[in-house]
Formats: sequence, structure tokens, C-alpha cells
Amino acid sequence: MTAALTLAPVTGRRRPLSVTLAAALLALVVLAAVLAPLLAPHAPDAIDLSASLVGTGADHLLGTDSSGQDLLSRVLYGARSSLVAPVALLAVAAVLGVTLGVLAAWRGGWVDTLVSRLTDVMYAFPGLLFTVLIIAVFGAGMTTSVLALGLAFTPTIAKYTRSLALAETRKPYVDAYRVQGMGGTRICALHLVPNLGRSILGYLVVLFGEALMSLATLSYLGFGAQPPSSDWGLMVQEGQAAVVQGALLPALVPGTAIALVVVSFNVVGVWAADRLGKQD
Amino acid sequence: MLLSVNDLTVTVPGTARPLLDSVTLHVAEGEVVGLVGESGSGKSTTAKAALGLLPAHATTTGSVRVSGTDVLALTGEELRRHRSTTVAMIHQDPRAALNPVRRIGDFLTERGATKEEAAGLLAAVGLPDPARRLRQRPHELSGGMLQRVVIAGALAARPRLLLADEATSALDVTTQAEILTQLREARATQGAGLLFITHDLHLAAAYCDRVYVMYAGRVVEQRTAKALFTAPAHPYTRGLLSCSPTLGETRTLTPIPGRPPSLSDAFDGCPFVSRCGDAEDACGTWRPEPHGLEDGGEVACRRARASAGPPPVRRNEKEGASPK
Amino acid sequence: MFTPLQLARRLARRLAGLVATLVAASFVIFAAVYAAPGDPAVFLAGGRDKLTPERLAQVRAQYHLDEPLVVQYGRWLWDTVHLDLGRSFKYSDQVADLIAARLPTTLQLVAYATLLYVVLGVGAGILAAVKRSTWVDSAVVGGTTLAASVPSFVAAIALVSVFGVQLGWFPVTGAGDGFTGTLHHLTLPALSLALGALAIISRVTRQSMADAAASDHVEAARASGVPERDIVRRHVLRNALGPIVTMCGLVMAGMLAGTVVVETAFGISGIGSLLVNAINTHDFPVAQAVLLLMVTGYVVVTTLVDLAHPLLDPRVKEART
Repeated sequence: MTAALTLAPVTGRRRPLSVTLAAALLALVVLAAVLAPLLAPHAPDAIDLSASLVGTGADHLLGTDSSGQDLLSRVLYGARSSLVAPVALLAVAAVLGVTLGVLAAWRGGWVDTLVSRLTDVMYAFPGLLFTVLIIAVFGAGMTTSVLALGLAFTPTIAKYTRSLALAETRKPYVDAYRVQGMGGTRICALHLVPNLGRSILGYLVVLFGEALMSLATLSYLGFGAQPPSSDWGLMVQEGQAAVVQGALLPALVPGTAIALVVVSFNVVGVWAADRLGKQD
Repeated sequence: MLLSVNDLTVTVPGTARPLLDSVTLHVAEGEVVGLVGESGSGKSTTAKAALGLLPAHATTTGSVRVSGTDVLALTGEELRRHRSTTVAMIHQDPRAALNPVRRIGDFLTERGATKEEAAGLLAAVGLPDPARRLRQRPHELSGGMLQRVVIAGALAARPRLLLADEATSALDVTTQAEILTQLREARATQGAGLLFITHDLHLAAAYCDRVYVMYAGRVVEQRTAKALFTAPAHPYTRGLLSCSPTLGETRTLTPIPGRPPSLSDAFDGCPFVSRCGDAEDACGTWRPEPHGLEDGGEVACRRARASAGPPPVRRNEKEGASPK
Repeated sequence: MFTPLQLARRLARRLAGLVATLVAASFVIFAAVYAAPGDPAVFLAGGRDKLTPERLAQVRAQYHLDEPLVVQYGRWLWDTVHLDLGRSFKYSDQVADLIAARLPTTLQLVAYATLLYVVLGVGAGILAAVKRSTWVDSAVVGGTTLAASVPSFVAAIALVSVFGVQLGWFPVTGAGDGFTGTLHHLTLPALSLALGALAIISRVTRQSMADAAASDHVEAARASGVPERDIVRRHVLRNALGPIVTMCGLVMAGMLAGTVVVETAFGISGIGSLLVNAINTHDFPVAQAVLLLMVTGYVVVTTLVDLAHPLLDPRVKEART
């Protein structure tokens, strides 16, 4: 009888409207980033002090910032670094994290312990602090930020990969290859990691929003992208002074862009992870 | 009539057959009535209907009345008052029925007992040192003690009708006997009716005045305890009697062949037909309906109806159950 | 069930873990100097600009740079434990004094934000759980998904734009004086800081209550006609409290780091903005000290949360007394 109570109405595999909208928005943003030179009405770094802090109008659809730079053009160009940098960050984290995770799962013993202790120490640094330490040592800049955040994201991916890889090493095909005399490195590189690929990729999509948010935050603090970049986080920082003067657009336009893209990635990411989880 | 369930049919979406199919059941004031069946037969759903506690999204026809009140029509505060004062349920698993982080005393006062009454209730169900128990939490008590607490909780509001859902199934035999006695006595003092739900037909026949046997959401037989035990009319009842051991018997146990029906099994005729040793081809299309017996009982079996009275002749000696 | 001896062992193990983590983290923070390109002494002195030989000598002496790394670390740790955090070469002031002057503001901000996210987050979570599968639930879930996706500096700008500039309800910068002044000045910063946390807490509350509401004893209470208010309060919420309290504590631990962004956005002079300024001006001793303080706060609070968790479970508490 309890079975009857848990029977949910059959909903099918329909994609929720929010996911469709989010995916469409992301596609538009990627398209905008690629086509920025064609779409942008002005050069992103064209300074025109006579048109400082102009509101929305025919010439400047989203207005200008205090240096008279066209905000629409800057946001379009800014989409490039704002999207590429998180990809680079996640690539760094994925290479390191997957290597450490597979190594820990495959070798076990002291290697596993060492990797676990390392990740524990990194978990002891809340949020951005680990990244901030690295930037304090090596100085500000986009490359440092990407590498530092890449390191900061590594333990999460290593932990996730380790648990996946542990389950995978128990599958019969691993023993089969081993019996054929194949080496551990080859089995891992050619079979184990590719088999985990889908799950890890899904996890990276989930992490993308956070990666973008962290990078934008670093740029906002002046640790990441440096002028004259049109990175969204940096644009918010540059536009902040104008907010107090009543000109809201220079900070709100890039801020909204960040929020929209992160929301979309989170919506799509959760849905994708959910689906991948169901198929596995 | 204290509890009066009439022609109750309960359907939930996503299942092939109704949870309950034309169930009719009565409990008189002060009566102890047994409700017997395998898991999934609908006995718990029937009991919960008396509390107006049917599954969400269920469609219902028929009626459930307690002391004349139409339970299925109650909502909001009226339904809550019905559950808190008129009917009380004694749950199957006492450890699950009690909130692990709250005290025994809270459990009783929440159900309408004052602090002074609470200790008295625990003493009435045979718990030693009741004052100390009130301050304890469920993990500090044994399963048997907890079952007494749950019974005390059910008695707290002095309900007219008690529903005991497998109330003693998880306990050892000695504790079970003690608690059953206590329950019968406490019930008698308050003059409440009792619907006693169990999968154990022998226990029901020994403990109750009258017994209903359910199968696949239907009542298949309703007899006085004595008649049921001595002359079961439905082949399923006979099967239940012969598949459980009793003390001092040397006969071989005969399990009922096949498996209990699930909610995804639909039936065109008698639901028991595939497991019945007495079944005929016609049984596969015969819609079961209750048929009165001479002793006032009822049975829903085509063969029993055809032979009207004496147990039907078995078709297959090997599979058929031997009536005592 | 835990016996007192098991509890004592647990406590000892957690404290040992705490110390080990702090030693490892402080060593990473200390040794980071050696990862920096160039001479550690020059790095610690804030670069070659206006660097005098006297100052360089001062740095070498203060950090014992001529001794082996382990000895340096030991001496640094000894000084740090005695609250001697060295001297800032930018502010020419004791680092400990710099931090002491700014810490109260930061703690006020964190306390205010904690109050906000606990009250609003738990409240929204309860609302969503009680009104499960209604538009209220969807609104809370949608709202928190949005809140979790807005970086705190964007939230800060948005709040300043609407409530500071457009409506003029709140000041847009500074920390204010007196209780009401502080409250007035810190409302928008605390809200920005609390927004992401609020989302996490409300989701944990909603989920934890949904789990608790599925227990048999809740259905038993409902079958006994216990009023719905009491069921929600004494059965569902009470039993869901463990994960909620734990998550509130963990989020609070991480909040110290969150002040880095919010204090910068609102121009509040706390340890968060001190850290950002220290990095931008290459004042490494200050950065080192603030980082160490934030990591210590984080690790201590998470350990406390971990130790406090069993107190919510009477099964452990009973065994103790």
C-alpha cells in the first residue's frame, strides 16, 4: 500500500521551460561574443570624453561610461574574456583534478592519503582566500587569476573524480585489460578516464557558473582583468563611481550580464547533471 | 453503528486495480473486530479511511461513517477534531510512530492527556515507574515498552474507536500476549470499539469477536471468530489457516501457491482465481459479491455461493487447503 | 549512542585535527613568501620602490631570514600566537593594531548578515516547505536560484542603485557611528553579504524539512489530530534543525572571507578591505596576517559547528548527563 503512495504521476522527460530559456540565452551570449566585431556599434575602447555618462539613446543603445565608451560594445566584447576565462580555469582544474583523482583511486595507499590531505588543507581556505594568497604573492592579472582559481577548483574535481574512479576500477573490464598485460597508465588514459568523461563534463558545466562568478569577483577587486579590458567584473568596478552620481547603467549593465549568464548556467547545469545522473 | 464503511472504493492514479474495491465493514460499540489479510490486501487503507487519511490524489466512492459522521466529507478543523477525539490509531512500528527527539510525556500530552493523566495512562498499560518514563525519550525504551506508550497515546483522548494496525506484530510472543490483554482491558474500561488489523488469522480468530478477511482490496469473508476458525467458507481463508503453524499440531503446512497480488495486477473476475485450488473456469469472469451464510456471516466466493453452505468440494487435492 | 568517553575522544580528535589544519594552513601562508619571485626580503618590504638598506635589514631581522626555513616559521608562529604580527611597511604601524582597529566593523557586518540570512533564509525555507508544490514554493525556489547566481558585488551595486541612489533610504558608503548609525550604514552591505547565504540556507531548510516531514511519526501525529502548527513546529522543524544549524554555522564561517568583496564595494574600513588594499599596495605582512586570521576563524568556527552538532540530538545529550 505504501508503494501506491510513492507512485508519482508520470511526467515524461520534457525539458522545463526555464531550461530552454536559459539555454537559448547562453546560445545568444556565445553568438554575441563570437560576432562582437560585427555587432558592436563602436570600438570597445574608443574613449570620447565629450559623451561621458550619456544615457540610452540611438547612438549608444545602453549609454556610455564615464570615459564615454559605448557600454553595449564593451559588454559584447567583454563576453569574450568573461566566457573564455572560466573555460581556461576549468581546463586547468580538470587536468589537475582528474589526474590527482584517478591517481588517488588507482594507486590507493599513501598516494591516496597524500592527495586527500592536500585537498583537506585547501578546503581549510574558505572561498576566495586561497586565490587571494596566490595573487598576493604573484601579483594581479588575468593569467594569475585563472591559474590560481584553477588550483582552487582542483580539490573539488579531484574529490569527485576519485569517487567515480574508485567505482570504475572495480569494473571487470579493468581486470580484463590488466590480464592482457596493459599498464596502469595506459588503462587509465585510454579507457578509464574516457569512460568517466561524460560525468566529469556534466560536473564541469555545474561548476561553470561558480567559475565565472569567482573570476568576475577577482576582476572587480582589481586582481583579475586589467584596464583597458572590457571584462564584465572590471566594468562593474569602473562603473561603480558613476552610480553614486546617479548614472546606474555603467555598473548595472555588466552586472546584469554576469547575473544572467550565471543563472542560466546554473539552471542548465543542474538539469544536465540530473539527466546525466539518471542515465548512468 | 460505531464504524460503518459502506461499499468503499478507493482508486489512485497509476495502478491497475483500486486500493479498495467495494469494501463494506462494520464495528459496533464495544466490539472487537479483526481485519486480516496479506500485505497489500487493503487492510491498512481501510483503517486509515476511518481517520479520513486516504492517499493524496485518490478518488473515492462509497461512505465511511463514525458514529453517524461522514468522515470523508470532513475537512480542516472538523477533520482534525475527529482524528484527535473520536478515533485513535495504534501504529505498527512504535519506534517510527514516536518522534525520536521528544519526550514520552510530550507524546501523551500532545494527544490530549494532562500531565497528571499521562502517568496514569502509562500505569494503565502496564509500564512500571511511569513518572520517570514521562521524562525519557524513545531510544531509552524497549520495543515492547514503546508499544505500550503508543497504546497509552491512543487511549489518551478517550476515543470511541481504536484502530490497531499490526500493533503487536514486531514483539515477542510473551510481550505480545501481555500487551493484547492490556489493550483489551483498557478498551473495555473506556467502552471503545476496536478494529484489530493483523496478518495472523489465528491471532485474530482468538482475540476478536468477529473477523473480516481481505484479499486484493476486497472483503472476501466476514464471520464470527468461532465460525471462521471452525468452518472457513472462502478458499483463501482456508489457505491462511493451513499455512500457519499452531501449537500441538502435527499436520503438514501447506502454503498458498503463487504470490500475493500487487497493485499492477488487474482482475476480470475473482482475484483469487490464479491461486485457488477450487477454481473453475467460470470463476475467472465472476465479479465477486458477498453472499450471506446461515450463521450471519458473508463470503464472496462463486463456489461457496453455488454450494450454499457446506465447504465446496476441492478440485485438486494436492493444491487445495484442508479445512479443519 | 555515545558514552562520555567516546565524546571525550571525539573532542580530542577534533581538536587535534584543528591544530594540524591550522599548522598546515599557517605554514602555507608563511612559506608563500618563498614562492614569490625574487628576494623574500625585498618582497616582504613591499618591492624595490623607495627601499632603503636600513629597511631591508629591519625586514631580515624581523623575519629571521638568515635562519633555516623551519626556524623562521617557528619564530613567526611564536610571535603570531603572541599577537606580534610585525609591522606594516606601508602604514608604518603595528599590523596587530591595524587589524584590531578594523576587526569590530567586520564582525558587526558579519553578525548583521548572519542575523539576516538566518531569519530570512530559515523563514523562506519554512514557507516553501509548508506551502510545498504551490506557487509560494516555486517562488522561493526560483528566487533563491537567482539569489545564488548573483555575485555579492553585483548585488551590492544593485542595492546601492535602488535603495541608496534612487530611493535614498540608505547611505551608500562608510560604516556609520553609534548603534542606529551602524545599523543604517551596514544594512545594504549586510544584505549583499547575506544574499548568497540566504539562498543556501533556505534550500537546506526546505529540503531538511521535507525529509523530516516524510517520517512516520509526522503522519502518526497528523493521524492523531495534532494541530498542523504544532506538527510543523515540534515535529518537522524540530527534527530538521540539525542540518539547518550546521549549514548556518558553516556559512557564517565562510562569511569572514566574503567581507573582502562587500567591504570593498561599500568602502567600509574593515579587515576585508584591508586585505584588498594590502595586496594592491604590496603590503605582504598585512595580507599574511589578515589571511591567517580569516583562515583561523573559518577553521575554528567549522570545528565548533561540528562539535555542537550532536548537542541537537538528545540521544547524545542524555548519554552525557
